[in-house]
Amino acid sequence: MTQRKTLFDKIWDAHIVKNSEGYPDALYIDRHFIHEVTSPQAFDGLRKRNINVFNTARTTATADHNVPTKDQHLPIKEALSRHQVETLRKNCSDFGVELYDLGHPYQGIVHIIGPELGLTLPGMTIVCGDSHTSTHGAFGNISFGIGTSEVEQVLATQCVLQYRPKTMLIEVNGELGKGVLAKDVILYIISKLSASGATGYFVEYAGQAIRNLSMEARMTICNMSIEMGARGGLIAPDQITFDYIKGRKFAPQGENFERLVEQWHQLRSDEGAHYDEVVKFDAADIAPMITYGTNPGMGIKITDRIPALNALKGESEQNSFSKSLEYMGLEPGSAILGKAIDYVFIGSCTNARIEDLRLVASMVKGKTKAANVEVWVVPGSKQVENQAREEGLDKIFEAAGFQLRQPGCSACLGMNEDKIPSGKYCISTSNRNFEGRQGPQSRTFLASPLSAAAAAITGKVTDVRELVY
Amino acid sequence: MRKEKISELTSTVVPLAIENIDTDQIIPARFLKATTREGFGENLFRDWRYNNDNTLKNDFILNDATYSGKILVAGKNFGCGSSREHAAWAIHDFGFQVVISSFFADIFKNNALNNALLPVQVSDDFLKKIFQVVENDHKCRVTVDLPQQTVTLADGTSESFEINAYKKSCMMNGYDDIDYLLSLREEIRHFELVH
Repeated sequence: MTQRKTLFDKIWDAHIVKNSEGYPDALYIDRHFIHEVTSPQAFDGLRKRNINVFNTARTTATADHNVPTKDQHLPIKEALSRHQVETLRKNCSDFGVELYDLGHPYQGIVHIIGPELGLTLPGMTIVCGDSHTSTHGAFGNISFGIGTSEVEQVLATQCVLQYRPKTMLIEVNGELGKGVLAKDVILYIISKLSASGATGYFVEYAGQAIRNLSMEARMTICNMSIEMGARGGLIAPDQITFDYIKGRKFAPQGENFERLVEQWHQLRSDEGAHYDEVVKFDAADIAPMITYGTNPGMGIKITDRIPALNALKGESEQNSFSKSLEYMGLEPGSAILGKAIDYVFIGSCTNARIEDLRLVASMVKGKTKAANVEVWVVPGSKQVENQAREEGLDKIFEAAGFQLRQPGCSACLGMNEDKIPSGKYCISTSNRNFEGRQGPQSRTFLASPLSAAAAAITGKVTDVRELVY
Repeated sequence: MRKEKISELTSTVVPLAIENIDTDQIIPARFLKATTREGFGENLFRDWRYNNDNTLKNDFILNDATYSGKILVAGKNFGCGSSREHAAWAIHDFGFQVVISSFFADIFKNNALNNALLPVQVSDDFLKKIFQVVENDHKCRVTVDLPQQTVTLADGTSESFEINAYKKSCMMNGYDDIDYLLSLREEIRHFELVH
């Protein structure tokens, strides 16, 4: 009998070019995405070695991390950002790499454009010099973030040297309640496993609650796998996956597509396959979630209180917890519901797809934002932006006092001008609440697009279920 | 391309007893705009080292002349978050050659190993002991011996650490992953044909 394998192991094994005793696996990479921030030093390395990009057809570039979200048709004002984007242009031109530059109809956050262009497919290996590359795993592939030295490896050889991670199965069984989104599911999982609970593992998400999600929602789940330390997360493809891919710009078409779908049907873990760790959750226990601290594992149900200090074991953990709450200006044991906020950021590779914008629009239609808040809606790509305008979502946002910006990573990491000011609170649909992540001394509450929209209307942390249902 | 080699190092240490230090703390995103690998040390732990007006925060350990050395000792889950290799470049550029912690995030560990910065994972207890020893004697010296895979304190207390044999050899000889991969180019081309 052949060995029963997990989906992860099947895909990994199919991509090993060389497996030598004592060496990491040389893993072939089907798709390499690059952006302006983590690629310049890698291209320099190629120049120093006097070699070309090994396979330009498998390499796609876009500018997203440091780009402005206003007036993208004008030259970038900030000199260092402009230089970095210009360097990307030169590198792509010198080495023959396809670039979706500012103003291009396909430009956008790298993890949003891959799937929407049909570049991200089941069964692939995908890397990018960005930890949220795990997003693509929603299509049933192995996708993970790499450092710049590894970007250079992939540019030079289309391979990356990697040790095989352990595997973890996370099942979410049952059905999600009203007002509970994929973002709440993943924040819940991370709060249970902690910010380091999946380090060393590659996660497979399964269970009815995951199966019921749309592709865009599945991407939100896989996106934040890294926030519990996992290299990546994947979901076995199904009809929802195939329907999403069908007809997309660079996806296989016609008979070729049908033939591939036949193969993709085989992409699932064998019954009884061994995982190094198995964790099961009940969807009924998941409520709208919010983070109160400075790592994504510090999350609670929005109606819960922040843990008391004595809930933490060990002096070291208590010290880190206290430091975190002091930074956030919050008291241990206090409620978070009703906490006044200053900014709302709806965007990032976690939650800036068209479904996210539709959800926000459905929530705010006919309402206006609270006077004390500033609201930025930053679409994940030019295609998402155009779609939102076609559907009239821009009008709804405008009437509500929200600013609809142009695509980019924006205030998720504050590399461009979109920074949350010092000491201000932002409810954000992004993925990280680290100190200073959204701007020096900024304070971040991570939440779902619905919770962010609800807070925009009320000006404070709000249980969306009370506002709507 | 050859990199700096690492073998044995004895040095005073800089203790940073904080858990979950993420790469945004190590090097904030707004300082990732350089297109070369050099100079990131200037902004290492930027928002912990400097006030908003760019004056030094005197209570942060890197600004405390009592502590110095080539070994950084940090709380568990060091280097979590973003994949930015700039974090490893910044630590190395600042002058550290070794980071000791009881747990490292995966991507950070890979990045460190690719940049002549040795990540040394010790037990929670041993980490606690290092912090205690440094608190009592700011100038205590710690020895990291890569060939033997041991960390030893001045009082002779020692613990061994794990490192993959291939990565160890790369670090000790200054080898680069790309040299190895480039030697496989024909096999990779063949793989592409049948893949």
